[in-house]
This record gives sequence, structure tokens and C-alpha cells, in this order.
Amino acid sequence: MNDLKKTPLFHEHERIGAQMAPFGGWIMPIQYCGILAEHRWCRESVALFDTSHMGELLFRGDAVGSGLESLLSFRISTIAVGRCRYGFLLNDAGGVVDDLTVYRMADDEAMIVVNAGPADKDFSVIRGAVAGRGFLENATGRTGKLDLQGPLSREVLAALFGREVGEIPFFGFRRLNAAGAEVLVSRTGYTGELGYEIYLEADRLPTLWQQLLEDDRVRPAGLGARDLLRLELGYSLYGSDLDESTTPLEAGLERFVDFSREFVGREALLAQRDRGLSRIRAAFRVSSRRTPRHGYRIFRRGEPVGEVTSGAFSPMLGCGIGLGYVKPSAAARGTLLAIRHESVVMEAVVMELPFYRGGSLRN
Amino acid sequence: METYFTRDHEWISVEGTTGTVGITEYAVGQLGDITFIELPSVGKAVRRCEIFCAVESVKAASDIYAPLSGKVTEVNRTLESEPEIVNRSPEGHGWIARLAVEDLSEVDKLMGRTEYDEYVRGLE
Repeated sequence: MNDLKKTPLFHEHERIGAQMAPFGGWIMPIQYCGILAEHRWCRESVALFDTSHMGELLFRGDAVGSGLESLLSFRISTIAVGRCRYGFLLNDAGGVVDDLTVYRMADDEAMIVVNAGPADKDFSVIRGAVAGRGFLENATGRTGKLDLQGPLSREVLAALFGREVGEIPFFGFRRLNAAGAEVLVSRTGYTGELGYEIYLEADRLPTLWQQLLEDDRVRPAGLGARDLLRLELGYSLYGSDLDESTTPLEAGLERFVDFSREFVGREALLAQRDRGLSRIRAAFRVSSRRTPRHGYRIFRRGEPVGEVTSGAFSPMLGCGIGLGYVKPSAAARGTLLAIRHESVVMEAVVMELPFYRGGSLRN
Repeated sequence: METYFTRDHEWISVEGTTGTVGITEYAVGQLGDITFIELPSVGKAVRRCEIFCAVESVKAASDIYAPLSGKVTEVNRTLESEPEIVNRSPEGHGWIARLAVEDLSEVDKLMGRTEYDEYVRGLE
């Protein structure tokens, strides 16, 4: 446990009784009062997450000329300053090295927000590729990050940062000031609710955390609730649903790949598309309250067709839900599946995403 | 009525030859929010220490072992739709099943309240 990294809020989490566990090389809060209560609070009011474990890589230079853009599955040059875009860093085989979001800070400046686990790997891959042509800094250690998510999050944030918060478009961001600190606020998230991600200097983080929690509408939520919230939307979790042996085509995420230009992994993806996929991500709901879990096997008409990569009991649907990779013949909506683990068998049916459609995301 | 405990954190309250079974406050604390309970079938005969039902929580799936041998006479059907009752009241409304206890002398293999509380303190 000693080599795990701690966020600037570590002592704060301990003080308010969070259950802590390792995640992506960090010691993180899994829950405070209870995963289901925190999940409900996010769907109904506002949840506050410490997401400082995520990586921030700051790039300066020409995104095209430096070679950065050709490392990613999407164009940076067409992102307007003040907007962000989601996509992938791929390997030569088209496998997902990481899924990430690029913030276009200025014409010659971008912030790349990556997952905690692969952050160091991402940094060395990107730095190696742009060396001598662009500058890359790993700012993870000096950057704090909070996610404020829930239907009332706009009002909560506006109370601290002013009405400008209401002008931030979906997948847009602004630099705002409060109590002498400059923060970057984007209207993005991982919950399916209206919400914001807030970046600031790490040493300012405890103060902002306290200020936000002083609002009665806000409660802290841990990674347990965060996982449940994202799964109800069908968002992928890197390391569970995505990894270097999985391509965006298999993961059903082709819409985040722009094939109209060269990029690392493009040839492999085109070849895979021509060849046809041997497995594809399926989303399914279980006919009971049972939870399918990572590694459980998936059968169709008695034949093994794949494996579960993520699963949970969905409070919004009142049943088990999951994601997994299956043979394409078992991936069509309405397909009946059996999920097996030891003596347990669950009936499931393939659904279209998202599982939960009632969120305030676009409000 | 006397309540006994297992090292796996089940409890059984014995009154005459009827034993009411559930899981302890400590077990519930470890499991977190309970989302599903697989109740045993009424009439099922169970041996002490054998798996007789299962609970699933937001964190894990766990088997529950029979604290004593006997036959299941009643199950708490309310838990099928509201398993969260076990979180709220693990040793009260969150009881799981009742057994017709076969051999009362088996309670000698279980812990009493004081002994169990000490056992749990040793785990923390």
C-alpha cells in the first residue's frame, strides 16, 4: 500500500470515514456512506467525486506538425478552442492503449486527460512520438480534479463561480475564478447526468472540496458509485471493458474514430473491418436482481459465446446489467443469453445502450 | 431465546426447536449494500456448515452457511423485493430463514454473543 499515490484529499477522505482501496496505482475512496445512496444522490441532486487520480498531460506545439494528431483516433486541429473531444490512443494493432479526452486550450496548446492506470505509459508513448517537435508535460501530480455531477450541479457551481457556468456548452470548457483561484471547468462527466469536471492547482483542491460540500445539495461519492453510474449509461471502463487487445470496432466505439486521415492503428482497424469482427461488445440485462461480474461466462443456446467485462445491479432498472464481448451472432438486440459462474445461472437479454435513459446529461 | 454465532458471521436465534437465521451486523458492514438474496427452498434439509443460500452485494457474491442442521420451515419472502432490509436490520427484520433444528447439542459448536463480539474485535 505504501507505493500507492495519494490525492491531495487523502486525509479528508479518511477524516469523513471513506472506505479506501487501490485503483490505478492510487489509494482512492470507494464509498463514504454507501454505494447505492451515493448513486441515488448523483441521480437526484449533486455528487462530488475526487478524480485527482486521472492524468493530465499538457501539450504545447503544433498538434499536426508534431505528430500528436496522428497518434490519436480523432483530429485535434478541428476542435475549437474551448471545446474537448473524446477518443483513443491506439497501438499499431488498433488496440486501445487508452481512452482519453483532449481539451483544446489554445491553437498551440492542448490538455490530454487520461486514465490513472495507463497514464505513465501514455506519457512516454506521446512524448516519444512528438520529441523535438512539441513539448509534453505530465501535470498529473500538480493538478487536482473534482467531478461535480447531478441534475442540480449547474446551480451549485454557479453559486460559487457565477452565471458564466450556465454558458458552458456540452463538451465545452471555461477558465473561471473563485476565491482567488483559477480553475478550468468543463461540462463533461462519466455519470449520464448534467455535470462538470473541475481542474485546478493541487494545493487549492481541499478548499474547493470544502466549499462545494458546504452546499446542502452536494454529497461526496466514491468510485463505487461512479462505476455504477457509468455502467448504467454503458460507458466503458479502461482495464475492464477496454485494453490493448481490444479495438474500438469490437467495443462498438467506431464513432470516435476518424478514418479520413492517417493515424496509428488505422491500417489494422481497416483490415479488421474488411475481415469482419470475431467478437463484439454486447450490453445485456439480467432477468433478476442478480449481478453479472467481470469474468463470468456468456452462453447462447448452450454454446459459450463470450465473457462479461463489467456488471452491476442497476438501481434505476431494478435488475442486473452488464457489458461483455460475444460472438457477433449473439450480439443482436433481443438475443437471449445465459450468464454462468460456478453453480449460478442468470438469464439475460441483449439491449441497446444506454441502459438508463432518464439522466439530466443534456439538460 | 438464545442467539448463537458462527465464524462466518451468521447468527441463529433458537426458541424451542425453531432456529431463525440471518447474517450479522459485521457481515453486512463488510458486504456493503445488499442487492439480492437467494432464499433457500422451504422443506430443504441442510447440514451444519453447508451452503444453504447466498447473498449478493454491490461488492461481492457470498455464500451463507447453515449454523445448525435442520429443515427449512419458512423464508423471509420480503427480502426478494427488498434485500436492503438486511442492511437496515440484519439481526431483526432482515432474518433470512427459519429452521426446524435437528440436534440442539450442535449449539455447543457455536459462539455466544460475548464470544462473537470478541472474535469480531480481533478481526478489526
